[in-house]
Amino acid sequence: MRARQEQVVLGALGVLLAVGACEAVSRAGLVRRSHLPPASEVLARAVELAGDSVFLDGIAATLRAWALGLALAVAIAVPVGLVLGSVPVVDAAARAIVEFLRPLPSVALIPLVSLLLGSGTETKVALVTYASIWPILFNTVYGLGETDPLAKDTLRAFGFGRLAVLLRVELPGTAPFIAAGIRISAAIALILAVATEILSGFGEGLGIFIAQAGLATDGTRDVLAGVVWAGALGLVINGALVWGERRLFPWTPGRREVG
Amino acid sequence: MTARAKVPPRGPGRAGHTAGSVAARHALLRWSVLAAAVTVWQLAARAHGSVYFPPPVEIARHAVDLWFSGPVRHVFLTEEAVGNILPSLGRMAAGFCVAAVAGIALGIAIGRSRRVYALCDPVLQFARAVPPPALVPVFVVILDFGTPMQIASIVLSAVWPVLINTAEGARHTDPLRIEVAAVLRLTPLERLRFLILPSALPRIFAGLRLSLSLSLILMVFSELLPGTANGIGFTLTDAQSRSDLLTVWAALVLLGALGHLLNTGLLAVEKRLVGRGRTTTG
Repeated sequence: MRARQEQVVLGALGVLLAVGACEAVSRAGLVRRSHLPPASEVLARAVELAGDSVFLDGIAATLRAWALGLALAVAIAVPVGLVLGSVPVVDAAARAIVEFLRPLPSVALIPLVSLLLGSGTETKVALVTYASIWPILFNTVYGLGETDPLAKDTLRAFGFGRLAVLLRVELPGTAPFIAAGIRISAAIALILAVATEILSGFGEGLGIFIAQAGLATDGTRDVLAGVVWAGALGLVINGALVWGERRLFPWTPGRREVG
Repeated sequence: MTARAKVPPRGPGRAGHTAGSVAARHALLRWSVLAAAVTVWQLAARAHGSVYFPPPVEIARHAVDLWFSGPVRHVFLTEEAVGNILPSLGRMAAGFCVAAVAGIALGIAIGRSRRVYALCDPVLQFARAVPPPALVPVFVVILDFGTPMQIASIVLSAVWPVLINTAEGARHTDPLRIEVAAVLRLTPLERLRFLILPSALPRIFAGLRLSLSLSLILMVFSELLPGTANGIGFTLTDAQSRSDLLTVWAALVLLGALGHLLNTGLLAVEKRLVGRGRTTTG
């Protein structure tokens, strides 16, 4: 328990040191103040934004696109992954297409999708969905390969059909892998939501706040306050998902992510 | 590749198939499916005539015209390719290399001490949680548009996965081996070379893979911003503003191929290094 306490104290100290260093660099005039405002001012602004209803609406808009896109990705990737993982012929057939689609950096699709769908919520959701599908899909296929063959054979020996084996053994066995895939996708989804907003430049959202602040003179403080919010969102989302995984699947510790 | 549970045998004559012939059949299936998909796309695009989804043959022809129809002494690269693809690749290479070197060096420094690791962990977790594109406007303000801003964006986004993974890897070096190294009086450099690096290598490569795809994403993203003068991302936005769908598609295909090549290359390096690292350390 003492080691854990020491860890927390050291971690807090590290945060203070980092904030202090930023503050000192700015106050000492090593860089232009308009380029790097003191950390205290940035943090104060970030707190102030919490009371700004326009800013909060923007955060809500970003999170809506994020959640909708991620949900769609789960709805598509899990069934497709189950089919790919349980029917080798389909897997072999689809792999070529998948291998060509996956390495494409998803932000590169922003111009095309904007041309197709305009620069509204649909564009954001479509891009978030596309980018989030891959980790969930690959984790589903991988997890299916890791399920206990003995349990499957036992069920088959008792005369259960393919679907029953899938629902009773394979899906529960794969669930921790799917959850890990969703956690990876959640971070990617946030990247895509913010990136699309920054490029589209109007509407509402965290990325739009950051982009517009970047254009304003002396807007760096607002940009950095927005970045602090973005980081905090990322941390909260990841923390919540890790916590959820531990609660739901306590029997499988360790790392479960692939590619 | 993942070891997958075998499906029960079906159909006659299965016992006669060796693993090699199954792999060959799968490869054949894979390529024929891809060819079929492209053909269907080609026919559908021809029949439908949509501006937004041009037929693949036209995209390919356009890509060749645009980038690979130059003079022989330029290895067939056109001015367009030299002016846009090469700068993109250069920025990405520079950003990724700096991120990799800095990430591995700092990661090892942090991972070697439990205290330093505890000190840095929360700050690193926060840095990693920031969606990288959110940082780009910061660099635009500080460095203005141009290559330094783009390289800085790539480095500051791609460095975290390598750094955190390397620190994790270095932290989990077998304590027994460290004691043996102390008994053998290995110098710190020798310890790094024969002990810490090999044991951290698989995790380092996991980090490098993430960093590579982040570098590619940030390379494109930083070039998509208004105010950029060249690059593949610039080609994309430029074509978008002119509603030149053929160029948009050609650039997408190029980026997909690029991503595939880079991943394959890194995997090949990983296979060599990690494989050798395992054999020398037992």
